[in-house]
Amino acid sequence: MAELVLISTLNGVLFGLLLFLMASGLTLIFSMMGVLNFAHASFYMLGAFVGYQIARWAGFWPALILAPIVVGLAGAAVERFGLRNVHKNGHVAELLFTFGLAFVIEEVVQIVWGKSPVDFRVPTLLDFPAFTIFSTNYPAYKLFMLAISIAIFVALFAMLTRTRIGLIVQAALTHPHMVAHLGHNVPLIFMSVFGVGAALAGIAGVIAGPALVTQASMAALLGPILFVVVVVGGLGSLQGALAASLLIGLLQTFAVSMNLSLSDIFVNSGFSPNPKSVLGDLWRVTIAQIAPVLPYMLLVLVLIFKPTGLFGNRET
Amino acid sequence: MSEIISHSAVAPATPSAPIAQPSAQSALGRIGSYGLWIGLAAILLTAPLVFRSGTALTVMSLMGIMIIFALSYNMLLGQTGMLSFGHAVYFGLGAYFTIHAMNAVIDSKLAIPVVVMPLIGGVAGLVFAMLFGWVSTKRSGTAFSMISLGLAELVGSSSLILRSFFGGEEGVSTNRAKLLRIFDWNFGPQVQVYYLIAGWCLLCIVLMYALTRTPFGRMCNAVRDNAERTQFVGYNPRVVRYIAFSLAGLFAGIAGGLATINFELANAALFGATQSGNVLLATYIGGAGFFFGPILGAVLVTFLQNMLSDVTEVWQLYFGLMFIATVMYAPGGLAGLIMMHRPLWRAGAIAKLLPGYLLMIVPAALVAVGAILLIEMITHLSVKAAEGPVMKMAGITFNAAGVPAWSLCIGTLAAGVLIWRFASGVAARGWDDARAVAREKGLTV
Repeated sequence: MAELVLISTLNGVLFGLLLFLMASGLTLIFSMMGVLNFAHASFYMLGAFVGYQIARWAGFWPALILAPIVVGLAGAAVERFGLRNVHKNGHVAELLFTFGLAFVIEEVVQIVWGKSPVDFRVPTLLDFPAFTIFSTNYPAYKLFMLAISIAIFVALFAMLTRTRIGLIVQAALTHPHMVAHLGHNVPLIFMSVFGVGAALAGIAGVIAGPALVTQASMAALLGPILFVVVVVGGLGSLQGALAASLLIGLLQTFAVSMNLSLSDIFVNSGFSPNPKSVLGDLWRVTIAQIAPVLPYMLLVLVLIFKPTGLFGNRET
Repeated sequence: MSEIISHSAVAPATPSAPIAQPSAQSALGRIGSYGLWIGLAAILLTAPLVFRSGTALTVMSLMGIMIIFALSYNMLLGQTGMLSFGHAVYFGLGAYFTIHAMNAVIDSKLAIPVVVMPLIGGVAGLVFAMLFGWVSTKRSGTAFSMISLGLAELVGSSSLILRSFFGGEEGVSTNRAKLLRIFDWNFGPQVQVYYLIAGWCLLCIVLMYALTRTPFGRMCNAVRDNAERTQFVGYNPRVVRYIAFSLAGLFAGIAGGLATINFELANAALFGATQSGNVLLATYIGGAGFFFGPILGAVLVTFLQNMLSDVTEVWQLYFGLMFIATVMYAPGGLAGLIMMHRPLWRAGAIAKLLPGYLLMIVPAALVAVGAILLIEMITHLSVKAAEGPVMKMAGITFNAAGVPAWSLCIGTLAAGVLIWRFASGVAARGWDDARAVAREKGLTV
């Protein structure tokens, strides 16, 4: 049991921090520009594939640096040549633009890298078990992912609270109009924030690529959970995004490891519904099986009790 | 809005629908709008006589379903200003409840014809929209969009858990011909199903159009345009959104019921993200700002989906690019483009546009050919790398890795862009001239 709790906590925090790498970019972009970037998970996927390609040519370590830069530049280009032109048509048009973009990126990735998963491997330097608890080997690569996520989290936090740029960004989180009135080059800030946000998603993609499966559907798999994170945390709140990322990360990892169902709990009650009915399905489904649904259930619950999200105060 | 529709492409066969003159608008407009509905019915009735092939019947049936679905979606997007990413949930649940009802009717040998079965889907769609809408309409704007996405994922994932209801991977099937016959129609042949769908389609179009004319329909528009002011007037925007959401669920459920009768199958794909995306694409490309926009979009998108998927493997990419182009350059969609020309048409100034528009065809065709060539060559080189670089397009065999093909492709694109700059200037001058004429006649453009 202690083993299960420890490993699940580690994995949960890791998944949560990975989500936060993406959710932070998404939140920054949303707070400043009012655009929820539907294609954000696509930049994560792009990061994984570009990372895979560079890793094949030059090895994993150059990929770790170069792929996020490439993705960040792509993000900046999207803002400069696409989103900026759509801006005048309002937020719905912007959201739709990113929706179309997600569609196109997935298609392009399928054309270039194919529909089946690519063989993105953990670098040999990190391909060993870091430590063994009870009987579980914990891979070093996961520790490395954890370290990178925490490093970026700290760097982001330091940048936001300690630098002038961070100050402007923070101001724009709460008072976007005031920042513009103070004479900052808002289009440039928008482009940079969009690029940095995309680059953060790109980093998440590069480090998650070898651990998870690098395939064309990875954006569609992760995207909805990402949006749950930002809505549950409260749209436009970085603290909220962090809390919700960790919450959902832990929730899902713990749920996956629990093979408990209602029939196990009430095993002595003598109640046994017809296995061919909906009730029978619910009676025997294990917590592990409902793990994919849990984030969405959390979303519904949070919305019922606190419609603005855990830390949110902005009505959008 | 009645005269607005008379200009739509769905009613080209209504010569009786005049371009109403302001002086005789009341009488002629009335005849015109009735003529319009009769014309629409006539088109639906005679379409299978014109397009007789099996493929055409199938595609037209799908169009009918998509028209209802897209119009129901536009009750949210266009009329109430709610961008939903999960509208297929109500479509899919409508389909599942219809199919279970059909199987129940077959098992218990009840004397109920298949014609009324979409009603079950509609009720299911309504009930679930009332349930989920209660949560999701608490928020508007971006948050609403994300919640709709989350709920869609929730239902999508649940379908894998509740296998007894959703039938797991293979879904639930039925046999529509086993229900009660009406005269000698058992709705087995596709043409009979087409007429079933066409009838429901007409009924739903009329109902949804009528709804836009009610005070409630106007309140939806008010909530879309300015929710805060609506609140000051004394209406609760959330209640308006909730009712609109529920009614949209009703019509989506009917469309789902028809889909399940058409396919005799219900599976998880019906409420997947692809289906939700499709209806959004169809509605937006058609034009969310006008009632008839989604009808155009549904017809076009269904047609293209069925035709393009035969021609090219990467048809979804073209679809995405078409959607992005619409969002960037024609946010009003097809309907918006058509309606933009309406005052010019009424002013009789449309001829001034022709030279510019005809000229624009050249660069547009060049850019399109160049872009398609580029996409197809890259696709061939990467997806079909095993087949070698030689590919065949439009009956011409060429080397996709060769210099001639690439220089032709890039040359076409470059020429297209250059001519575009010149031609768009001509078109813009024509537009300005025509607009000046329209302004003189007191028509606002």
